[in-house]
Amino acid sequence: MTLALDKPRSPRRPAARRSNFELASWLFMRISGIALIVLVLGHLFIMNILDGGVHRINFAFVAGRWSSPFWQLWDLSMLWLAEIHGGNGLRTVINDYARKDTTRFWLKVMLYVSMVLILALGTYVIFTFDATIPAD
Amino acid sequence: MTATVSEEKAGSRGDLPPVPDGAVTVTLKILRFNAEVDSEPRWESFNVPALPTDRVLNLLHYVKWYVDGTLTFRRSCAHGICGSDAMQINGVNRLGCKVLVKDLMSGGGKPTTITVAPIKGLPVHKDLLVDMEPFMEAFKAVKPFLITYGNEPTRERIQSAHDRERFDDTTKCILCACCTTSCPVFWNEGSYFGPAAIVNAHRFIFDSRDEGAEERLDILNDAEGVWRCRTTFNCTDACPRGIQVTKAIQEVKRALLFRR
Ligand code: HEM
Ligand code: SF4
Ligand code: SF4
Ligand code: FES
Repeated sequence: MTLALDKPRSPRRPAARRSNFELASWLFMRISGIALIVLVLGHLFIMNILDGGVHRINFAFVAGRWSSPFWQLWDLSMLWLAEIHGGNGLRTVINDYARKDTTRFWLKVMLYVSMVLILALGTYVIFTFDATIPAD
Repeated sequence: MTATVSEEKAGSRGDLPPVPDGAVTVTLKILRFNAEVDSEPRWESFNVPALPTDRVLNLLHYVKWYVDGTLTFRRSCAHGICGSDAMQINGVNRLGCKVLVKDLMSGGGKPTTITVAPIKGLPVHKDLLVDMEPFMEAFKAVKPFLITYGNEPTRERIQSAHDRERFDDTTKCILCACCTTSCPVFWNEGSYFGPAAIVNAHRFIFDSRDEGAEERLDILNDAEGVWRCRTTFNCTDACPRGIQVTKAIQEVKRALLFRR
């Protein structure tokens, strides 16, 4: 008589490891990429081609655009998506090319710190932009 | 037989054979390495009489048998079955026994040079002989065998032709490593499972008789799994069996995205 079960109770072995981080990151690259096509190309079109292009960009132009929540949201999503997309892309590149664990670690620290700084500064500017200060 | 110690290199089978009619002399440039002498791999060129219908493997044999018996490489079947003679031929991963000289000839009567180097990303032991262990380790890690739970069936495990078709392509793998050693991700990060391991996981994941798909998918969902693939198609291009390797990898990604 054996104590062993003839048939295991759970037919499948539980997962060895359950982190969907790389899956999510892969998916994010594609979804943010699609969004960036619209956001970045739209941005480039408005800034560089539409009536007069870069030559008409001045304080008043920026002030006018950011007085609208639509353009605030546009620029905010562009900032966040591009920064995280680019940052995550660079994370992949660092993973690929860094040979030593210490190099990898410090490159990533630099990357993440720069991402946080740029995101914080950009978000701060978009939300606190004051169109009433005199443009001299 | 008396062993002759000589400084001169000699082939393992003695004197040069007669040059066959219609042979052209090609330069065979081989990236050689002998850990006892060389600190780095070095190129060495040999002039070899070749027929257009010869395979690159024949040229290597010529060098080994009649010119320099120390040349080291793997080969077994010589017919594209065993997967032991993967090498970089003119910079691309191929089986030495499947590439014909006529496809490498430079046109217009210009002299032909064929370069042969070991596959990239695995430690070189000697000349074209590389350490396959890291490759085999990744292969074993995806559990490339039938996994079932529950009672043994009393008869054969039946499968419909349609279900068999699902993974037909990936059954063709001969584990030659052409794909994995052509993958830029593998070159940079040897811990990536690599396309060959994923192909062999695919072969079981999509087998209706197998019950280990979840386990294998979890393994390939890992940081060194399928998400590392950048869809560059080097592997598909390199596979001597014509397996749609990148497609198989995408199918595993899709299974991970849409499981449950
Ligand atoms: C125009 C719209 C864009 C699309 C459709 C797009 C799409 C993609 C996709 C699908 C990947 C993943 C590639 C892979 O996993 O193999 C990727 C990677 C990457 N993207 Fe973008 N992207 C766009 C814009 C940007 C922008 C604006 C930046 C910079 C801020 C950027 C920086 C990167 C970097 C650094 C990588 C990693 C490259 C690599 O994996 O080798 N992308 N992009
Ligand atoms: S398609 Fe993926 S697995 Fe194949 S060579 Fe490119 S990165 Fe490597
Ligand atoms: S998938 Fe093709 S290239 Fe890769 S090991 Fe198998 S037979 Fe060789
Ligand atoms: S020698 Fe067997 S595949 Fe080339």
